[in-house]
Amino acid sequence: MVDLAQIWVYLARDPLAALTATLLAWMAGLKLAALCRWHPAANPVVFAVVILVALLLVTGVEYRAYFEGAQFVHFLLGPATVALAVPLYRQWGHVRSSAPAALMAVVSGGAVAAAVGVALGWAFGASPAVVASLAPRSVTTPVAMGIAEQIGGLPGLTATVVLASGVVGATLGPLVLNAARIRDWRARGLAMGTAAHGLGTARAISVNTTAGAFSGLGMGLNALATALLLPLVWHFFAG
Amino acid sequence: MIPGLATLLCCQLVGEVLARALHLPVPGPVIGMALLFVGLLLRDQFLPAAARPDPGAPGLGRVADTLLSNLGLLFVPAGVGVVVYGPQLARSWAPLSLAIVVGTLLSIAFTGRVAQALMRRFG
Repeated sequence: MVDLAQIWVYLARDPLAALTATLLAWMAGLKLAALCRWHPAANPVVFAVVILVALLLVTGVEYRAYFEGAQFVHFLLGPATVALAVPLYRQWGHVRSSAPAALMAVVSGGAVAAAVGVALGWAFGASPAVVASLAPRSVTTPVAMGIAEQIGGLPGLTATVVLASGVVGATLGPLVLNAARIRDWRARGLAMGTAAHGLGTARAISVNTTAGAFSGLGMGLNALATALLLPLVWHFFAG
Repeated sequence: MIPGLATLLCCQLVGEVLARALHLPVPGPVIGMALLFVGLLLRDQFLPAAARPDPGAPGLGRVADTLLSNLGLLFVPAGVGVVVYGPQLARSWAPLSLAIVVGTLLSIAFTGRVAQALMRRFG
């Protein structure tokens, strides 16, 4: 007779099952997004996360155990961030002349992103730790978690908030850009990368190569600027 | 393919070491991205015969394209972390979602507007 309990113990503990589930959930997410004809509101990341969260809740597997396997995918975020230099390099001829304008736009946009998030969180009665977790919302996950730690936020909550911001930006960003009548692909890309980091960049890359390169530029510049400036500004105001 | 991947990992590794050695608040991969970018520009500067716009090490372009075209997948494991913060999210879901939605959309519109205006004026 097959010992199901023993097989389950193996599956719950070994990274293989979690890694396989992550890839299958992502494929299902892509399928669902394709079924919705790549409508901006049908984000494959959200589908995949919902599927996996439901799976964890149903099977009672802890997140930490799941992450043991999923970390192999998570690890690739680092090399992927480095790889953003490649589209930027390919488009450099394009990007070069507008680099100073881009820097000014990204720094002011990043400041607005942080300030509006903090002001709203504070005005609607979030606790100080939650407000601090909101401040680095617009920068890419690993950078944001480091900043949150420095200013007294909760790094794990920041990861969730950063992803939610990325999903909102990637999903509704193009509609907002249309409504604000921003037609320049460079400006559209910069805005997506500054406010919605990698998820916005993933979306920008899939729409237009120029927008993709500027989105990567916006994301990189905002990560640098926020990591350097936000802790200084925060400690200045918080005393 | 492997030289390309090795190039990415080397840049990240040097970035991580620099960030720790110099106590930079900037994460290693972001420094790695800057290093790779500057490295590619320097290569074009000093190796006029290098194929352009082919990025450096053999297969680097292909590895980068593969990683970046599946960028969404890489965010899934961190995203599933939402299960851990259930109680916290239940308690302050209103300020959190307001800050996330309004803050993100406002900053997209603002950044786009500023960028478009600046680029029209300066190039």
